[in-house]
Amino acid sequence: MENKINTYKKITVKDLNLYYGKFRALISIELEVQENKITALIGPSGCGKSTLLRCLNRMNDLIHGVKITGNVFLDGTDIYNAALEVAALRKRVGMVFQRPNPFPLTIYENVTYGLKVAGMHNKKKMDAIVENSLKRAWLWEQVKDKLDHPALGLSLDQQQRLCIARLLAVQPEVILMDEPCSSLDPIATMKIEDLMMELKKDYTIVIVTHNMQQASRVSDYTGYMLLGEMIEFDVTKNIFTRPSKKLTEDYISGKYG
Amino acid sequence: MRIHPRYIQRGAVAILGSATLLTILILIFIIFFVLEKGLPVISLHFLTDNPEDMGKAGGIFPTLIGTILLPLLALIIASPLGIFTSVYLSEFTKENNVTKIIRFGTDCLAGIPSIIFGLFGYIFFVVTLGFGWSILSGGLTLAVMVLPTIIRTSEEAIRAVPKSYREVSFSLGASRWQTVKKVILPNALPGIVTGVMLSIGRSIGETAAVIFTAGSSLRIPTSVFDSTRTMAVHFYILAREGISAENAYGTAATLIIAVLLVNLSAYWLMNRFIAKRN
Ligand SMILES: Nc1ncnc2c1ncn2[C@@H]1O[C@H](COP(=O)(O)OP(=O)(O)OP(=O)(O)O)[C@@H](O)[C@H]1O
Ligand SMILES: [Mg+2]
Repeated sequence: MENKINTYKKITVKDLNLYYGKFRALISIELEVQENKITALIGPSGCGKSTLLRCLNRMNDLIHGVKITGNVFLDGTDIYNAALEVAALRKRVGMVFQRPNPFPLTIYENVTYGLKVAGMHNKKKMDAIVENSLKRAWLWEQVKDKLDHPALGLSLDQQQRLCIARLLAVQPEVILMDEPCSSLDPIATMKIEDLMMELKKDYTIVIVTHNMQQASRVSDYTGYMLLGEMIEFDVTKNIFTRPSKKLTEDYISGKYG
Repeated sequence: MRIHPRYIQRGAVAILGSATLLTILILIFIIFFVLEKGLPVISLHFLTDNPEDMGKAGGIFPTLIGTILLPLLALIIASPLGIFTSVYLSEFTKENNVTKIIRFGTDCLAGIPSIIFGLFGYIFFVVTLGFGWSILSGGLTLAVMVLPTIIRTSEEAIRAVPKSYREVSFSLGASRWQTVKKVILPNALPGIVTGVMLSIGRSIGETAAVIFTAGSSLRIPTSVFDSTRTMAVHFYILAREGISAENAYGTAATLIIAVLLVNLSAYWLMNRFIAKRN
């Protein structure tokens, strides 16, 4: 199944280096992200997973002192090309963060945030998008009668799904998830994982996770990173059953650290 | 012999507690002292009558007007200026030497004695710009005086907005300005309002900066170019010239109540705001 012929490279990372000041956090990263697949990035803490993920929608631009060389192509266009509009890029490549982070607004206002900043005013249209996005994030049934309630009153996993709905509302093509389940309990984690499997039919997903079972359960491709380098990148099954690098094997089998 | 941490903690709590108690006692003492002497003087007539005989008799009505107008003018001028500056400094500049110098400058300005602002206001607004002793000169001087405080408190409030809100906003395609308008300012508002109200509270009681710039006319002003007298200045003159100790305390008590009211409404506003958001 992983080797379907009609795969399409949504994102291609070429020789990407990132410096926090003098510190080189990413070293000549190469990565290909297939459309409608889930790509997982694993590796020990501090190896640069989040940094790499945040390169894919230029969130690192916000950090002072970051320097980036190399290329990230989205549908063949270099996103670090000066002519590209960052806000438009971020709408296409959205992000779900580690901690659920709804705005201190109502549920409805959270979902419509991205629409409003894009200039949408039409209430009917927004209502429809809110319903659709919440349905897609499996939250509609729980919140449909309290859309005007504060989002922070929801449980953590509902909040995280609200964040996903908020993202879906702007119709991204790629969803980046940085340890989206790390503040959730196992049942909520399962729910998000199932949701990811559902979402990949329409979206391309890249997920950073500390949880190797999670990577092996949900992802189609897995990259193992260590100290800023992409040690190995392959079909998930291969990484977990017959990794080609000794370093990967050590990590998978728990020998690391 | 090693003292058990429990006893050390008890000692520490005792010291911290007594410091707090002492602070509160001093505060209460001052307020009671003034109110005790001043409250009996306050009456509707005292508040609404014009002073007679330089304030020996009659009320303090014109000084109420002056005390409202000057801080109000300062508020109207200083808060947009201060808030915009703090937004610019914290959201639209990268931390570098220029911003550091600006911050250092505002910190220094905040620490300058108010009489210096009075002197500056006198030379610049009253004389150079020719506004004379007037509400305008006084209001501008007060504005300059509270500006650094407003900038710094607003900046603190803006910085206290969680970084994740900014990240999410950007990640949903919002521009920096949209993020400021929709996320940062609404969330920083309680802090900003508190800072503004507290500095206004400070300017209500300001004497030195005002006496040189707004003068001390007891007539009811008809334009911003008229001189006026604030309660603080009135109190100062009554006490200093030995005109009427009784009326001086009455004025002081009114002033304290006014400042308390402003501060209380600041907290009330802030709490209401926070309650509304949650
Ligand atoms: N803003 C920053 N400034 C300087 N160094 C940073 C910054 N962010 C991350 N780093 C460093 O870059 C390296 C990679 O960090 P990154 O957050 O990408 O790791 P990670 O793999 O996501 O780790 P974790 O699993 O703990 O989230 C780390 O050594 C980290 O200390
Ligand atoms: Mg990380």
